[in-house]
Amino acid sequence: MRGQDGTDAATRASTPVAFSVEQLAEVHRLQGLYPDRRAALLPVLHLAQETFGYVSLEVEAYVAALFDLTPAHVHEVVTFYTLFFRAPKGRHIVAVCHNLSCHLAGAPMIVAHLRRRLGIDVGETTDDGRVTLQSVECLCACEHAPMMQVDDRYEFGLTPEKVDRILEGLR
Amino acid sequence: MTAEKILTRNFARADSHTLKAYLETGGYTAWQKAQTLPPAEITEEVKQSNLRGLGGAGFPTGTKWSFIPKSHGGPVYLVINADEGEPGTFKDRYLLERDPHAVIEGMLIAARAIRSATGFVYVRGEYVEPYRRFATAVSEAYDAGYLGKGFDVVVHRGAGAYICGEETGLISSLEGKKGWPKLKPPFPAIKGAFGAPTIVNNVETICHVPHIIARGAAWFAALGTKTQGGTRMYSVSGRVTRPGVYEASVAITLRQLVYDLAGGVTGNGRLKAVVPGGSSAAILRGDEIDVTMDVDGLRNAGTMAGSAGVIVMDETVSIPEALMVVARFYAHESCGQCTPCRESTGWIYKMVRRIVEGRGRKDDLDTILDVARRGAGTTICAFYDGAVGPYVSYIEKFRAEFEALIPR
Ligand SMILES: Cc1cc2nc3c(=O)[nH]c(=O)nc-3n(C[C@H](O)[C@H](O)[C@H](O)COP(=O)(O)O)c2cc1C
Ligand code: SF4
Ligand code: FES
Repeated sequence: MRGQDGTDAATRASTPVAFSVEQLAEVHRLQGLYPDRRAALLPVLHLAQETFGYVSLEVEAYVAALFDLTPAHVHEVVTFYTLFFRAPKGRHIVAVCHNLSCHLAGAPMIVAHLRRRLGIDVGETTDDGRVTLQSVECLCACEHAPMMQVDDRYEFGLTPEKVDRILEGLR
Repeated sequence: MTAEKILTRNFARADSHTLKAYLETGGYTAWQKAQTLPPAEITEEVKQSNLRGLGGAGFPTGTKWSFIPKSHGGPVYLVINADEGEPGTFKDRYLLERDPHAVIEGMLIAARAIRSATGFVYVRGEYVEPYRRFATAVSEAYDAGYLGKGFDVVVHRGAGAYICGEETGLISSLEGKKGWPKLKPPFPAIKGAFGAPTIVNNVETICHVPHIIARGAAWFAALGTKTQGGTRMYSVSGRVTRPGVYEASVAITLRQLVYDLAGGVTGNGRLKAVVPGGSSAAILRGDEIDVTMDVDGLRNAGTMAGSAGVIVMDETVSIPEALMVVARFYAHESCGQCTPCRESTGWIYKMVRRIVEGRGRKDDLDTILDVARRGAGTTICAFYDGAVGPYVSYIEKFRAEFEALIPR
């Protein structure tokens, strides 16, 4: 099992950290949208995570250089937000809401079911790198509790059977 | 009380998010009208409508706009708070997905009133689909020439942090920093985004603006109470028959909302408690629901209208367990700047948790109340007061239930 401090960082880090020419143009465009180009930091970090898989220290330093910021500043920003990963993550992120309305609708049972099915704890990634499991605060879809986010998608009205079906669809 | 649907009138249409549907239902005509009005008159109309902010604080919108310095020569920014994160709230998600052009039209009108040439819409990072929908609508509005002629809109994605919903935290985050709130004053209207005068408004607040301009302040004011106009969107969840978003007057009672609109209580069918305004609002007992949902009505009832996230609990729900879940949230989301907030949220979560797990100590409840109250009102932002509301009210109103869990 691989925790948040994933052990195969070395293998992934061998891909060079650099945006393509098109991506650099996009960085430039994003920076031009704001009165202060540094405001594009979050959008560019999103782009970096999509491109490099996660935001390593190397990625932080690379992004910092694109903004004339110190790597320390970028690090402080990256660590503040929950959507940036600082270690390799699974190919899919399964984030179950554990806040009040979902709790009232059985979220603890859904979390337990996911842990059993995936054989990992919250915060871990399956050995095959398929899924990272998270337990998160209110995703603001409480009318469909219990619910979870799978990558970009919201999945509503969860039951153990529905969870199984969703997991089967993740490759 | 269910009255006319205003914000949600098009939600049943499958294509309600498109420019075509918006135009077919009178879209952008308020903007045409607003262009013939002097900016000060737009602000005055919004003031007279008694529209109050629907993001949480309930501040009068027109009054807020009037705080922008008159003689200001530099840029003025309009920032729309679409960082919806208050537990129990999901209305802005519906507006972004199903009526994005209403947000844009509201922004055009507000921008004219405050003389702003640039607007930012800060969408919470997890809202990927709402973000795409809204960004598509913005492109449509550019292509149709509504945007790009004196007013530009930038759609910005957050990255996961509840505190970025607080307006000064949101501004810090928009500027590319961690989302640390700042001490007010100075208020954003004087010194906000990028150091310039800035108005921050919630998505739902801004969606009301075109209707106020099109149909008049008096019409809007008459929909509500003496001190708050209009309808609003209630997010109802928890143990109810029909959870969902309901638009109704701000003068509707909590009882009508739970029983008439949401179809009543599930579980064992008997109401134990309701949180009326998102998790930061003090809890009400089942016998305290004959209150109107407007800002002042709920304030008089010792709680708050907040974001109008209504969470319903039947008698089978354990209140200590509910508080444990809520306390975990505040412990996780404190930004850590202020000592009372950082320390107390963590400590209180631990104490509530040990009570729920049967390891509580005799004086834990009084310690929680004491610790909670001591920090209230002393912090940089209202996050901590929002945590104190549930800590104190859950324990005071359901004390016996907590005591029953503590070994003698
Ligand atoms: C901890 C905290 C979280 C908040 N979260 C939100 C939010 O998610 N959305 C929102 O519109 N306002 C939120 N607010 C309120 C904003 O600070 C601000 O009052 C609001 O966006 C102003 O818009 P309005 O006047 O139109 O309501 C929050 C406030 C606090 C203290
Ligand atoms: S009250 Fe809490 S969330 Fe607000 S600034 Fe202080 S530490 Fe941060
Ligand atoms: S509590 Fe789970 S989505 Fe709100």
